[in-house]
Amino acid sequence: MGKLVQTDEHHIYQDKEIVSLLEEIGITHVVWVPDSTLGLWETALVSSPAIELVSVCREGEAWAVAAGLHLGGSKPLVIIQCTGLFESGDALRNVLHDYQLPLYGLIGYRSYLNSESLPGDSCLLFTEPVLKAWNVESRFIDSVEKKHLFKEHYLQCQQEDRAGVTLLAEGRA
Amino acid sequence: MTSDRMPTPESLRILHAARSDEVVITTMSTAREWTELPPHPLDFVYVPSSMGQASSLGLGMALAQPNRRIVVCNGDGCTLMNLGSLVSITAAAPKNLVLLVFDNEVYEITGGQGTAAAQQRRADGASLNYAEMARACGFQKVHVIESCQQWQEQVELLLSEEGPVFGWLKVAPVPGGAGPRSPGPGPERARSFAAALQGNQPKP
Repeated sequence: MGKLVQTDEHHIYQDKEIVSLLEEIGITHVVWVPDSTLGLWETALVSSPAIELVSVCREGEAWAVAAGLHLGGSKPLVIIQCTGLFESGDALRNVLHDYQLPLYGLIGYRSYLNSESLPGDSCLLFTEPVLKAWNVESRFIDSVEKKHLFKEHYLQCQQEDRAGVTLLAEGRA
Repeated sequence: MTSDRMPTPESLRILHAARSDEVVITTMSTAREWTELPPHPLDFVYVPSSMGQASSLGLGMALAQPNRRIVVCNGDGCTLMNLGSLVSITAAAPKNLVLLVFDNEVYEITGGQGTAAAQQRRADGASLNYAEMARACGFQKVHVIESCQQWQEQVELLLSEEGPVFGWLKVAPVPGGAGPRSPGPGPERARSFAAALQGNQPKP
């Protein structure tokens, strides 16, 4: 079976574009569970000489692995879907609030751009309230015009030594 | 059966005596016992924790610091909560990671209820085999430790062989064992630990 190709206009970042951006801002490790949007970045991520891609089985691991990487001096980025945000809440609570580690997450917002693909997708009900409930400062990118927000917010959070999230609208499940 | 298992405090004393410049991550009941022993700058007492995440925390440290030995002292309940981390660990395959499971078959600090892997909670009355689990998840260096003498004899091997290493230590629960206490504010301890971890890099 061939790999998915990025042809859908609902993808805000192209694969080589996002990896180039991650390299630019100094990310050393991406810790992820891919979804059908974010997963399209895999080839570019694996090809990057500067970034190590760390695959985990469940999203809670991602926050803890990122915490360990941070404590060891690396610059990790957690990449998960909003469903993974829901699943990983306790792990997020612990590393971002108990230990106040300045970790950053890029979270795919399932169905935001084409809700007809999953009628009644409850991700649309819960993603923003859950993120708000976890008290993590975030930016929301729902168009190509807002792409700059991710880099700006990441660098601001790093400079101010605090955690953050960019919520990235997705066009497919 | 329980009385044949290693005393948890003694098992950790053996590790403590063998340890030199390794990072040691403890959590839950292992943290409680470890904090009774003389501290080291490369101790990370993972209290408060997200239960189950010590193995993942150790994976991250091992990847960031490939020249440091990272030893995770996990409980069996913690391991069951994050079984997928065994696969994640062997996928990345850090040579410097040692995952020790101190298996007392119970959730000790909540009153000693059996875990779902323990014989008392299983329909067939047979405990699950963590060594087989680890091998099935891709660990190639798997050790089963059933006595203090055996642990004394093998601890140096587990701390030195190329990893990732999995050690299944069969220990006895501490009756009425209290919950672990954090030795200090988490954010401050994380910062000081990070400074110790990143400083004075060991030679490759």
